[in-house]
Formats: sequence, C-alpha cells, structure tokens
Amino acid sequence: MSRSAPIAVVVTAVEHVAQDIKRFSMQRADGQSLPHFSPGSHVTVEMPVPGGHKRNPYSLMGPLDDPHTYQISVLRVLQSRGGSQFMHDAVNVGDQLQISEPFNLFQPESIARRHILIAGGIGITPFMAMTQRFAAATIRFELHYAVRSRSRAAYADVLSAQIGSHVHFYCDDEGDVLDVRKILSGQPLGTHLYVCGPEGMIDAVLNAAREEGWPEEYLHCERFTAAPSGEPFDVRLVRSNLTVHVPANQTVLEAVEQAGVDAPCLCRGGACGQCETAIISHDGALIHNDHYLSDDDKASGEKIMICVSRLAAGTLTLDL
Amino acid sequence: MSIKSRPRYSELELDIKSKRHIVVCDKNGAAAAQRMLRTSNVAAANTTVLVIGPGADKEEAGAFESMGCDVVMASPTIEAAMFRLDQVFAKATMGTRIYVAGIEGLIGQTVALAQRYGVKPMSVRQQHCGSLKRRVQCVHCKGVTEDVTTQIVTCAHCGVPLFVRDHFSRRLGAFMGVSADAEEAGVLPPIEEVFR
Repeated sequence: MSRSAPIAVVVTAVEHVAQDIKRFSMQRADGQSLPHFSPGSHVTVEMPVPGGHKRNPYSLMGPLDDPHTYQISVLRVLQSRGGSQFMHDAVNVGDQLQISEPFNLFQPESIARRHILIAGGIGITPFMAMTQRFAAATIRFELHYAVRSRSRAAYADVLSAQIGSHVHFYCDDEGDVLDVRKILSGQPLGTHLYVCGPEGMIDAVLNAAREEGWPEEYLHCERFTAAPSGEPFDVRLVRSNLTVHVPANQTVLEAVEQAGVDAPCLCRGGACGQCETAIISHDGALIHNDHYLSDDDKASGEKIMICVSRLAAGTLTLDL
Repeated sequence: MSIKSRPRYSELELDIKSKRHIVVCDKNGAAAAQRMLRTSNVAAANTTVLVIGPGADKEEAGAFESMGCDVVMASPTIEAAMFRLDQVFAKATMGTRIYVAGIEGLIGQTVALAQRYGVKPMSVRQQHCGSLKRRVQCVHCKGVTEDVTTQIVTCAHCGVPLFVRDHFSRRLGAFMGVSADAEEAGVLPPIEEVFR
C-alpha cells in the first residue's frame, strides 16, 4: 500500500487572508488529535469535484502548538484543473473533507548552521511552520518573501510581529527587487537554501546559487506545480487489467485512484519520483510535466510520472 | 564489505563551480591534491591548503606555494592541524568546496569537523592515500587508539583487547572497537596485520 487510510476532517474556519488566498483550519471528524507533523510537511486534500475527484497537496502551516488543528492556505488559480476553485467556492465551515497523513519532502537540514528561506507568493506556506520552529529553537535563519503586490502578501503582519527581525519583504509593484546574489554572498559555510514559489522564481534562485558555487546538496526547493490539464485520453493498466478514461481536467493518478487502483505517490507535483511508472506502449505523444525524470528518460518513452504527465491523445498502456 | 557506515573514497575531482577550495592532505595525499589542482589553471589562486606531517612545512608546503595556492599552511600532526582547520572553516563562506586526501584518520576527522560547521559528509570530497591504518574508538572506555594496523588491538586507554570493526562513526571519524575476548577472557584469535 502506498497510502495510509485517509483522515476525515471537518473545516473549523475559513479566512480570507489576502487577495485570492484563503486559510482553512481543520480538525478530525472524530475529535481525536491529528498526527504530529514536522515543519515542511504537506497533506493531500481530496476534492469531490464534479467530473472526477482531485487531490491537491498543500503545506501544513501550523499551528505547532495545537495537536487538534491543521491549517493550510489555498491560492485561487484560474487556469487550472479546478481544485483551488473548489476549495474557494464550495468549502465552508462545517464541511467534511478527506486528507492524507502528513508527509515531508521539504525538511530543513538538521546539521545546517544557518537557513535562508526564499518565498514567492503562496510559496510562503511551508515556511510558516519552519520559521516558528527556528525562532523557538533559536536556530539562525532569514526569510525573504516576495509578492506581486502588498494585497497579496499573506501573513506579512503575522511574520512581522513574530519574527520581524528575520524577515525581508519585497513588493514587485513597489519596485522592490529580490537580489538573490546579494542574499547569497558572504553566507557562512554550512548555510542551506530553501525556495518555494513560482516555477521561474525557483529556477532563478537555484541557478544563481549554483553559479555562486553552492553545492547541490545545500539547495532545497518545493515545487507544488499544479498538474496541467490537457486533452482526454485512455489509460490501460496491464497489471490491474483495467482501462480508465482520463478526462481533460484530471491527472492519470487521480483517474486510476478513482478507479480503485492504489498507485504509489507522494508529492503530486512531479518532483519526488515516487509515482514513476513504466510505459508499455503509447499511441499518442507523451507530455512530460515533471521535474524528476532526466531528459534522456523523457525521450526514451519508457517512463512517466503519472501525477503530472499525460498523453496528447489516444491510449497509454502502463505497467500498473 | 557491506556495512553502510563504511566510508567510500574516490579520486579527488575539482569542483569547477566552486569559488574557493579548501584542501586538507597529509604527505601521502599531497600528490593527489596537486594532481587535482593542476586540472585547472585558475583553481590554485583560490585555494587554501593545509598539509600535515613532520617536515611538511618545508617540502610539501613549498610545492603547493609554487603551484600558486594563495594560502598554504602546514601542521606536524593531525591533532595540531584540526585547530588550524577549525579557524579556516569558521571564516569560510558558501561557495567553498572542501577536499581531503590521506589516511582514513585524517579523512574521518576532517569530515567530522566539517560536519560541525553544517557540511554534509558527502559534500566533502575524499581520497584515501597511503596506509590503511585505522583510528579506533573503544566502545567500553571511549578512548581513541590511533594508527591501528591489526584486527585485534589493545585499547591504549583501558587495556581491553579490541576487535576492530568496519562500523565507522562520522561524528568521531573513527572505527568501532569492541572487546575481543568477551566470551572467554584471554582467548583471542591470532592477531593479523590487515590494515597496512
């Protein structure tokens, strides 16, 4: 089994925290405490959306001192498969949702001497719990938080109040520039870098660090790339002896899960490598959207990350 | 040899992306370090070298200086070298790659010290040169016995005959030594020189 049983939770608060961003608080439906989570963890939220269920990963923000509550923040993304819109439009206080157990793919390095956190927009979410933990344990860190405009700066007030001396804000529309090279320069040996935000920002930050000679093992990122939608196609699962239709707005992973097949997965963002699946044949073009497979692997047509990648049309036959 | 903690070594390779290089070597490892630095014509000018061994300040240090290494230091023993290295690491910034070439005791202690500065063991490039002699920590009294070449060694601190295992502590930079006659006092297998 790749997953433990889902946890039924009840939404206990929905707050509008910034432009297009809502915070959802949830507690277990049976009143028990939730599993402990480490900063950097995420949970997957199952969304009973018309036209096929969806599962999106969201970072757990906290609170670290209340074992009964999880908080996540959701940015409304218009050009997407509809998960975030469902969360914004259809989920209210008192509603029940199914979530996964927490899993951490963005864990701070325990031996680091210093942590530099760089967030872009909604990418602030994994750093909310991390910064709380660092501040409480007097671990050295600095947070650089870039937003398009002040109205989108979720939790800026909380961060200023709680860890103000460690935080630097950058408002794009006010002319602030996040100068990665300046941030990186002169950092002591043993400094680890973490970045979460839009694709382009993550790549720019990591590439700047590489050019400054930072070894790969000090660079960490969390890419919660929304799985792109595409054209509908069919997936034939050889081991399960099943053919499953993948609609335009669903991923292969979601479609096979809905068909009752328990496929391995963790991040649902094409980053962790857990859902790598062998392709037996395909009669349409493969659309690889992941960050895990090498270019050679992608070109070979022998492997696919089913959480984000798909087929242009036709039938994809998988060893699943 | 399948124990996970047993370090693996390979030939030193220059990290061409690094802005600075810190090279730690003993007299046996000096040639490997020099070979690595010669693979680039700009690396030496951004390199701090710490070379260890009796007389290293004359012979090997001079060779690194003539290659153009901008900071060259020498220490007669590993113990003395670690104090120097501590200062070097304290001032080092990110964008620096650490290399070590020499006997396992030197490699182990360099990696252990780097780790205290937040450097992951895998991040230190390591080449084993020279003797296979081991640095062994007695699990009973915690004392460290240096330069061990036999599979059974008497602990230099508590006198217990120790069997030298492949289990390696990255924190201590030492192999584990456990009582070799725990079953029956005084009964030991023949002592063999295996870490030459």
